Amino acid sequence: MTSETVIEARGLTKVFGGRSGIFKGHSAGTRAVDGVDLAVRLGETLGLVGESGCGKSTTGRLLLRLIEPTTGSVFFNGRDLTELSKAELRRSRREMQIIFQDPYGSLNPRMTVGDAIAEAYVIHGIGDYATRQRSVREMLDLVRLPHSAAARYPHEFSGGQRQRIGIARALALRPGFVVCDEAVSALDVSVQAQIINLLQDLQRELNLTYLFISHNLSVVRHISDRVAVMYLGRIVEIAKADALFANPAHPYTRALLSAIPRSHPDELRHRHQLSGDLPSALAIPQGCRFVSRCPFSQERCRTIDPPLGSLSDHRLVACHRAADGTLPVFELNA
Amino acid sequence: MTRPILEIKGLTTTLANSKATVLEDVSFSLQPGEVLGVVGESGSGKSMLALSVMGLLPKVIRRTAGYIILNGEDLTGSPPEHWREKRGRDLAMIFQEPMTALNPVMRVGDQVAEVLRRRGVPAEKARQETINLFMQVEIPSPEQRVRAYPHELSGGMRQRVMIAIALAADPKVLIADEPTTALDVTVQAQILDLLRKLQRERGLSLLFITHDLGVIAEIADRVLVLYAGRVAELASVRKIFDSPQHPYTRALLASIPQTKGPRGRLVTIEGAVPSVGTMPKGCRYAPRCTFRRDICEQEPPRLGIVGPSQAAACLQPFGFEQPQEEALA
Repeated sequence: MTSETVIEARGLTKVFGGRSGIFKGHSAGTRAVDGVDLAVRLGETLGLVGESGCGKSTTGRLLLRLIEPTTGSVFFNGRDLTELSKAELRRSRREMQIIFQDPYGSLNPRMTVGDAIAEAYVIHGIGDYATRQRSVREMLDLVRLPHSAAARYPHEFSGGQRQRIGIARALALRPGFVVCDEAVSALDVSVQAQIINLLQDLQRELNLTYLFISHNLSVVRHISDRVAVMYLGRIVEIAKADALFANPAHPYTRALLSAIPRSHPDELRHRHQLSGDLPSALAIPQGCRFVSRCPFSQERCRTIDPPLGSLSDHRLVACHRAADGTLPVFELNA
Repeated sequence: MTRPILEIKGLTTTLANSKATVLEDVSFSLQPGEVLGVVGESGSGKSMLALSVMGLLPKVIRRTAGYIILNGEDLTGSPPEHWREKRGRDLAMIFQEPMTALNPVMRVGDQVAEVLRRRGVPAEKARQETINLFMQVEIPSPEQRVRAYPHELSGGMRQRVMIAIALAADPKVLIADEPTTALDVTVQAQILDLLRKLQRERGLSLLFITHDLGVIAEIADRVLVLYAGRVAELASVRKIFDSPQHPYTRALLASIPQTKGPRGRLVTIEGAVPSVGTMPKGCRYAPRCTFRRDICEQEPPRLGIVGPSQAAACLQPFGFEQPQEEALA
């Protein structure tokens, strides 16, 4: 794995529904993503985890510029995506794609699978009919579906097969960077394993870079090289997957990991229970955004927003106490 | 063994128009104070099982065979009104999505009190008891929260209200159908802890339905593994995790990514769960089973005892030559 950066977000912020003006009054809006710095390296899988509403899907869409950021920039292969013209953006779209949770929702029910995969070639004006058909067959081979699938309709397939179709569609233009947004979350475990293995095989075969967004922590650990943890619109920790799961540094990461159901009934588990509910993204707490639920909070946490800083093992953590090493030692198996 | 609180014998449900079976020959018992986990993938029939026990099957599905015996009394032989009365008293159920089960225009406290009033509790006492129930399900500041509407509460709080409503009936058996599936992992952990606590304190018998084997490890004493409408395996939770005897149970466990240890390639089960109406003639798992033999495709294997507190519906369970013919009640 090289450390060449494919895509990078700097100070990325997305505010939904805010308004201000002479007659409209003022409303701050929902800060869904609030100052995200994130770099995805060539050939890696970066997992992005967090609970509902933390902004992980919005981050994925901002990176692809499917939605416009309020502030901040996204650099794709060194170029600022937010400054590209429409034509340039369209060209860069060939190189970056997204796989959704529910391919059924993104597949036209009246379009054959072959046409759905070939749609990307038509839109981008690539090839003639015969070469497109050949490409469709190649894509079906790639996702391990029979060529006969091309003439059939989405409803004729099982959930796992539909996700294979979704993957074929996303990869049709041979992108280098793919956002997997809860790509296996709707699948049963036995089918989920098939799709995870397929995504890993395709990554090797096509040298893909993934941003793997999921709420399922075990799946993220399995597939990711590095994992970023998101809370209330901000990245609070990034580390190598094994290091993060073995030794989470941020108090939120600790609580999150200790809440994963155990893998065996005899496993002892020390729960790091969180107090209170997730604050609303309309009213993010002053200082550290986790302060209202953190069992280790101090006075400075209420006033100073901790930056995402580097620890000795190269992980990044946004916590004052993790930064100066005054957090108690984490024990998952008490 | 004491007398089971709930017994299901040979339960079979069938689509009214096509005669295709959904559940087939499902038998198990629930002991007083026990948590029986029911685990299965989509299409396994686990939710159908819950609705059958509650007597809430949709019109297009009929129970065509089998008995549902609650506390020694056969519900399938009793008139519908009687079953309805049982639902309000001895049987209660909580669902995956509390928002669809709660009345959106009624204060949550009133929805709990309603159940109490139906049991004949006077109004003032019902109000007190509602606050008491809110405390039991660990809803903070219960005096204020009873006045809230469902949309004013978080998903976790709504599920706590659902549990309070279920407890208001003072049931003997609580059926929980994926009660934590829609919740975030930290909230799920809180709800599982709560259900465990309530189950112990009240001696509740809990039928806990889930697709998540991790949740099973958290909460279940015994486990019923359903596959395509039939029981694949029935065993204590430790046996299920330590020495699963059905090839399906084993493959299911191996296909789950782990949170520690090495990250090898995941074991997959090729193909998909057969859909209703296209069930294989023999063992329903046979087409996907790596240990399949010709005999497996002839008739469905019976659930046979394969060891202490363990039964599997397989002709060749792991580590055993032949299961004993005796079916487990």
